[in-house]
Amino acid sequence: MLEVTGLQKIYNGGATAVEAVRDLTFSLAEGELVCLVGPSGCGKTTLLKCIAGLMAPTDGTVELAGRPVLSPPPGMAVVFQEYGRSLFAWMSVRDNVELPLKEKKLPKERRTALVSESLEAVGLTDFADAYPWQLSGGMQQRVAIARAIAYEPQVLLMDEPFAAVDAQTRADLEDLVRQIWQRLGVTVLFVTHDIDEAVYLGERVLVLSNSPTVVQDDITVDLPAERDQLTTRQDERFTHLRARVYAQIQQAKRGSAPPAA
Amino acid sequence: MSTATAPPPRVGPRRPGHRAGAHRLPSGLLGIAVLVLLWEAAPRIGVVPERYFPPVSEVLTTLAERATTAPFWEALGHTLYGWALGLSLAFVAAVVLGFVLGSTPRLRAFTTSTVDFLRPIPSVALIPLAVLLYGTDIRSTLLLVTYACFWLIYIQVLYGVADVDPVAEQTARSYGLGRLARVRHVVWPTTLPYLMTGLRLAASVGLILSITAQLIIGSPGIGQQITTAQQGGAIALVYAWIVATGILGVVINLGVRALERRVLRWHTSVRGEADA
Amino acid sequence: MSRPTAHEPALEPSTPAAPTEQEAPVARPSRRRGRADRTAGPALRVAHVLLLPTLLIGVYWAFTAQPGAGFYTPTPAAIATAFVDLWFSERFFVDVLPSLGRLLTGFALAALLGVGLGVLLGSNARVRATCEPVLEFLRAIPPPVLVPLMIMLAGIDDTMKIAVIVFGCLWPVLLNTVEGVRAVDPVLADTARCYGITGTTRLRVLVLRSASPQIMAGLRLALALAIILMVISEMFASSSGLGFAIVQFQRTFAIPEMWAGMVLLGVIGFALSSLFELVEGRVLGWYRGLRAAHRGE
Repeated sequence: MLEVTGLQKIYNGGATAVEAVRDLTFSLAEGELVCLVGPSGCGKTTLLKCIAGLMAPTDGTVELAGRPVLSPPPGMAVVFQEYGRSLFAWMSVRDNVELPLKEKKLPKERRTALVSESLEAVGLTDFADAYPWQLSGGMQQRVAIARAIAYEPQVLLMDEPFAAVDAQTRADLEDLVRQIWQRLGVTVLFVTHDIDEAVYLGERVLVLSNSPTVVQDDITVDLPAERDQLTTRQDERFTHLRARVYAQIQQAKRGSAPPAA
Repeated sequence: MSTATAPPPRVGPRRPGHRAGAHRLPSGLLGIAVLVLLWEAAPRIGVVPERYFPPVSEVLTTLAERATTAPFWEALGHTLYGWALGLSLAFVAAVVLGFVLGSTPRLRAFTTSTVDFLRPIPSVALIPLAVLLYGTDIRSTLLLVTYACFWLIYIQVLYGVADVDPVAEQTARSYGLGRLARVRHVVWPTTLPYLMTGLRLAASVGLILSITAQLIIGSPGIGQQITTAQQGGAIALVYAWIVATGILGVVINLGVRALERRVLRWHTSVRGEADA
Repeated sequence: MSRPTAHEPALEPSTPAAPTEQEAPVARPSRRRGRADRTAGPALRVAHVLLLPTLLIGVYWAFTAQPGAGFYTPTPAAIATAFVDLWFSERFFVDVLPSLGRLLTGFALAALLGVGLGVLLGSNARVRATCEPVLEFLRAIPPPVLVPLMIMLAGIDDTMKIAVIVFGCLWPVLLNTVEGVRAVDPVLADTARCYGITGTTRLRVLVLRSASPQIMAGLRLALALAIILMVISEMFASSSGLGFAIVQFQRTFAIPEMWAGMVLLGVIGFALSSLFELVEGRVLGWYRGLRAAHRGE
């Protein structure tokens, strides 16, 4: 579904060029939920922007369903970390969700149905007429998620979406993402710096190295499909996986980038 | 605990400015060069009638000639004098009244309706009265400039005083700071940025009214000089005066901004110490 | 040169530490009229509104009703009589309406031009850098000095007056729009791109809306300037209009009429500014809520 091949990004700042991403190759099968985790400052955001078509890579390609991504493709939706800044403050929750659908030229009935379905999926049916700034941070991020799923993307990109919400809200939102993923069968690429979150959410975890970034490890998360904040996190398998990712990240921070184990 | 509260947060971040000065100036110079070139060429080629649009070289020569004469500087002096005096009067009155009324909500409640009504009245409405009372005397200019500038500064002082963080105020109170000390250490630092905004707005509006008074009433100054030039049909001279007022405006803007930066830098440094 | 500025924010972003005019639409004193008012009983509230104006008019009346009072200061009754006689007649249509028409035409043209050019400059860094010093200069010219020039170029007809208003009002709108367009949130811009929001929709729902607080601040300044310029252009040289009428009354020593003209100007200023506030409240309702939310109110 999503193929990233030999991706490289060099920022040219006059005399000094900074290589943020060196050589990234990975792919997501249809319907997969993959978490990308890496040490802070490892170029996660750069990578995500290249995948989303918001930024042109220096070298390498991104393909969505066999087509190269050169600008934001219609089959992709993005949820940003900065929920407060990614919503249109002058529009109600409903209009925020509906706007991209209008741009897609969907008929009115279809739009109404999609908006109410997606708002229901994130539990915000009663807040359709509120403005985003009237809601709490976690609820605002739910609006952004509702907007993304109403768009009916083939791939959903999430850029550290829960980094700015409090811990309890975060747990709820993690379960929401799992739930939506299971229900809709959408392909999800979830970027995070939180190791627990990556293991808890993902079917696979890609560990990135320090900048200039390569894929350091690709770990399959063989936890049961039904996950629970309490029991899953106490599961022996979970702690084992977490330890493995943690060790990889520590290694990445030290700067060595061994071939994927 | 900071005693000096920052003004309200901006909504939405600002992109870090592209302030690479080395990069900006040349393209800015290019803009000026293009303007000058167009202004010189258009009348010469005949795209616009030279009678109405003298080329820039002629205008600048006229300006340079004038700038060597005493009446030029006298007119400039008159304009600046009316501006500076009117602005100062407005500043003092607005700061005193703004602080007194702003920090006394009970008194302020009685004045709000009057202020809301008087504020939008255009200052030029006072021109006929000024003429009758003071003729072409400098006091006519002062009346207009002071009236217009007063409201701009007064309103900003009210915003500033209203913006004082109640927590900071209560903290100061709990440490036993008296009323005067609270004004000095809590209210004044909070209000200062607002006050500078008001001053900046008033400085440019004050110049407009100082020149207006001379144009309409005929008090001595740049405005009156322009009227004379226009009546004599000296079009290049009219342009020269317009360029001169533009330069004057730029100088005043830059001056006030420099002052503001200075005052507010002091302000932030004090705040930094208080925070530490 | 990067403080937001004289009658408008500059092309450069300001130090965030200082408030700019953009905050003005929000932190309005009327909104914060305050604790005293909310807790006050109805009688006290009426007193808040009426006491001082009544007192002022009363003092003025007592002063002017004295036999020896100045010739230039007629009693409020005399002014009111003159006001009704003058403006509730055909003079309203001959003098006042055309003035208002020029005012609104000039303001509307300046608004359109200012927002249009502002969007252009705001979204193109190179064009902006090229034009900036020229704009700095042009907007520093006090607009009234253009009145004599415009008379030489266009005579004393409507074109001259409207041109003066447009030139004077253009800069606050233009520079504020540039500022607002530049401040469009990059995350929001990325979001719009991801969801395929481009072209005129992008302009309508993203750029203009997110710049609207700054645009409205610019329009507010422009409106105040427009009134001033309307009056000046008519006072300086004209054969009709409100400004012309007021100067005529003054020159012929028709003092109560002159005062009636001044009062009408005040009423117009007050009415336009109230109307503008009404529009602004509708356009910027979201912005006030957003700011209140940020302030934790």
